[in-house]
Amino acid sequence: MNFHLILFLAFGAVCVGGAINLLAQRHPINSALSLIAVMAALAGEYLLLGAEFVAAVQVIVYAGAIMVLFVFVIMLLNAGEEEETKGSRVAVLFGVPGMLIGGVLMAWVVLRQSGTEAVPIGALPGHPADIAQLLFHDFLLPFEVTSILILIAIMGAVVLASKPEPMAGKVH
Amino acid sequence: MVPLSYYLLLSGFLFACGVAGFLIKRNIITIFMSIELMLNGVNLSFVAFAAHWHALAGQVFVFFVMVVAAAETAVGLAIIIAVYRTRETLNVDQVNLLKL
Repeated sequence: MNFHLILFLAFGAVCVGGAINLLAQRHPINSALSLIAVMAALAGEYLLLGAEFVAAVQVIVYAGAIMVLFVFVIMLLNAGEEEETKGSRVAVLFGVPGMLIGGVLMAWVVLRQSGTEAVPIGALPGHPADIAQLLFHDFLLPFEVTSILILIAIMGAVVLASKPEPMAGKVH
Repeated sequence: MVPLSYYLLLSGFLFACGVAGFLIKRNIITIFMSIELMLNGVNLSFVAFAAHWHALAGQVFVFFVMVVAAAETAVGLAIIIAVYRTRETLNVDQVNLLKL
């Protein structure tokens, strides 16, 4: 067991635990907090892969901005506990074993195919300068298109979340 | 040295958890968070493959995924607020009409 593998397993355990906790919790605020843990641990995995800038952006944008939006909406809407619903028995009967078999098969294939190749720590240092060279030179058009996407998303969010005018057609 | 397959397995597990949450959760906000979990799983495999193939473009694509996720979150949460305003519920089982 080298140090790299131990770090990977530690961050991976936080990821797996957080993802399972997201499914197990009934209150959305608990799910949101465990998702933040997953994202922070993923930033650690990115650091192990040498993607420092991606790790920083992951913490700032994902665990910071996006999850704050989620927590804000949960508190704004005063979301309560999820109601228990009876799942279908067919899904439990066939879904759980099917998922287990599928997961084991996939793990077997993946481990068998590329089990020998290893990614060393900091394999590809993602310096911001190199990423900027790619982003603003090779991927300039997609980058500009995303700005339009963001603009449309801002306008859509404002239109959707704004209060409807009191006179505007109440149907019921 | 961590094999690439370990990263791929972790990525696949996160994606599967996202799919499972999307299917079994009943709260619309939690369903939305499951989608974010799926996107995170995909991002991890992007970065792992970028390191494996020494292609920095994989890391650039992660930024595009993050931009799309941010736009999707902004619009989606606005839709959730609009749904809650008209239905007074966050349970997707009770949101079964396109129009009130």
